[in-house]
Amino acid sequence: MSTESLQFHRDAERLTHDLRHRGLIQKALGGYYVKRDEQKSKYTDWQMARASAAAAKYEAVNHLDKYLLELTEKLEARGTKVFWAADGIEAAEYIASVARKAEVKRIIKSKTMTGEEIHLGQALEKAGYEVVESDLGEFIVQLREEPPYHIVFPSMHLTRGEISDVFQKKLGSAPADTPEELTMIARDVMRQKYCEADMGISGANFAVAETGHISITENEGNARLSTTLPRLLVSIVGIEKVIPKLDDLAVLLPMLATAGAGQNMTCYNTMLGGPREAGETDGPEEFHVVLLDNRRTTLLADPEQRDALHCIRCGACLNVCPIFKNIGGHSYGTTYQGPIGSVITPHLRGLQSWKHLSFSSSLCGACSEACPVKIDLHHHLLQNRRNAIAEKPVWWEKPIFTGFAWFMSRPALYRFAAPLLRLGGPILHAIRGQIFDPARLWTGTRDLPPAPKQSFKEFWRERNAKR
Amino acid sequence: MPNDSRDKILRRIREALSVEAPKRHLEHGGERSFSHPPQDWLPRVPEDIAPLTALFEKNSKDLKTEVRHCPDAAAVASELSALAQEHGWKSVASHQFPLGTPAVSSLGLPVLLTDHPYSKHDLERCDVGISGCDCLVAQTGGILVTSASAGGRALSVLPPHHLVIASRSQLVGDLADAFALLRKSHETIPSFVSFITGPSRTGDIERILVLGAHGPKKLTVLLVS
Repeated sequence: MSTESLQFHRDAERLTHDLRHRGLIQKALGGYYVKRDEQKSKYTDWQMARASAAAAKYEAVNHLDKYLLELTEKLEARGTKVFWAADGIEAAEYIASVARKAEVKRIIKSKTMTGEEIHLGQALEKAGYEVVESDLGEFIVQLREEPPYHIVFPSMHLTRGEISDVFQKKLGSAPADTPEELTMIARDVMRQKYCEADMGISGANFAVAETGHISITENEGNARLSTTLPRLLVSIVGIEKVIPKLDDLAVLLPMLATAGAGQNMTCYNTMLGGPREAGETDGPEEFHVVLLDNRRTTLLADPEQRDALHCIRCGACLNVCPIFKNIGGHSYGTTYQGPIGSVITPHLRGLQSWKHLSFSSSLCGACSEACPVKIDLHHHLLQNRRNAIAEKPVWWEKPIFTGFAWFMSRPALYRFAAPLLRLGGPILHAIRGQIFDPARLWTGTRDLPPAPKQSFKEFWRERNAKR
Repeated sequence: MPNDSRDKILRRIREALSVEAPKRHLEHGGERSFSHPPQDWLPRVPEDIAPLTALFEKNSKDLKTEVRHCPDAAAVASELSALAQEHGWKSVASHQFPLGTPAVSSLGLPVLLTDHPYSKHDLERCDVGISGCDCLVAQTGGILVTSASAGGRALSVLPPHHLVIASRSQLVGDLADAFALLRKSHETIPSFVSFITGPSRTGDIERILVLGAHGPKKLTVLLVS
């Protein structure tokens, strides 16, 4: 087992039994289900809207070279600098070099999962910059020195008490016990930071090739402030975020809001087409867009799972996943949690180290049904399993199945052995899950049903004899 | 820094795309989605101005955006001074726009105009930002602002109260209509475009809604008939 797999099994085992944790997640998601269904019911046809959204993403992802070049050309025409980064190191080095050249001291970040994926915050802190997360949830987990728990709700595993504690400890604030008070503490701290920061860093939800705009979706206004007030702005954009037309947003923005948080539309949907232009009085003087590959092209090269690049990071598949709801976001040990994380992490970080995530699924299909862009998530989990085994077969599986097939195709042997197994049943039951149980990996967490008193064949013979 | 990766990434993309991906989204009746423009599958919007206004008002109310009606442009000044009294405004930020400028200057309060170079610290201290907009979107209860129509990028987000003055004729149905309007009214799409849908909000603490996370705590629309 890989170390990632060991960590996963240990953390998942611990959290599955943590009823307090489960209660918190159920409460948080309970409200989401109600609001999501209310919004979905307003759609003329949600299924057709999903197909339209998926068609827009299919067009973009399957002509990625064309749309990325169009996007670059449009962005550069308005004075934006575009940098193509093959991996996280290249992206972080470029951003650090931009900061160095402009003599930046303080950096304010709005939420970016792509930044999280390449540990951008840590890299810039190491280079000597103060980096502050401005999204409230991200700010809280940054203070707690934790990764985000969920791609959309980073602090959903915390109670107001825990948040008040970390604010008192790290910000020296007075104890507070309502979400309003706590939000206002963060607001006051952050207001200073926006005005002081020299550089803003944002992610992107979409990048419109047709007009050359980066589109950012948020509720708090922190992304608008972080992309407006500092004199420098860097947006880090995964290459799969490009969409062909501005009009595609007319469908994608409402669907992201509905699937992601049960909203009609997210509070701020902002499209940035360039730095401050002649005649404008505010906005950044310099705007850099970093287009990041970081093995997305590896996923692109797998036509079977290419649609995983359609993902708009709404988090809907996490919210409905029975595994996520039991083991929580941190157990995954990945940037992207839940079903989408289990599908793409093996492509981004290596199949053999991360295959265990694809085996940790009930294959119920709730994720595929929830996905607003129709990614076939649960089949991709099956394909990951198949690929992992084909690449590195488990040595004992073949002899076991060969033996099983040999045994099962010999009726006489089966007739002889079945009653013996029935006799052994009580013994197996007694040692179930214990150290001398040869099948304890399986039986440790599963019931062994008692063997029936007779086989079907015996029952049938007896029944016919009575007639 | 030299950018050697551009060609490398493009080469990888082209290699990857040499094999076609199945169009799974078209299965199970998905093909039918092409029978209409995509926005037709979203929540329906009426065509007439009266129900369109009602839909905008209903969505605004759900979002906790305050909508006030002004029968004509002259009434904007009196509505604005009533709001100034109500909220105890001491300083106001705005920009030059036909519907707002006369009313804003009649308030008799110090006004910071963002049409000219200004200090972000001064803007942060203003009690309200008063701006125009490109259009109002009935389907979402949203307000479309651009750097051209709303006094730049910061006026509509930095002060704790954002007030929008719009004419009822600026009301459109959905986002697709809003984009069509943007193309018509601007030669190139402005450098900054934002759909504002309600006052700033967060649910990051126990998923409980709090208004005024980082942006305005209050959002008011003066709708001029």
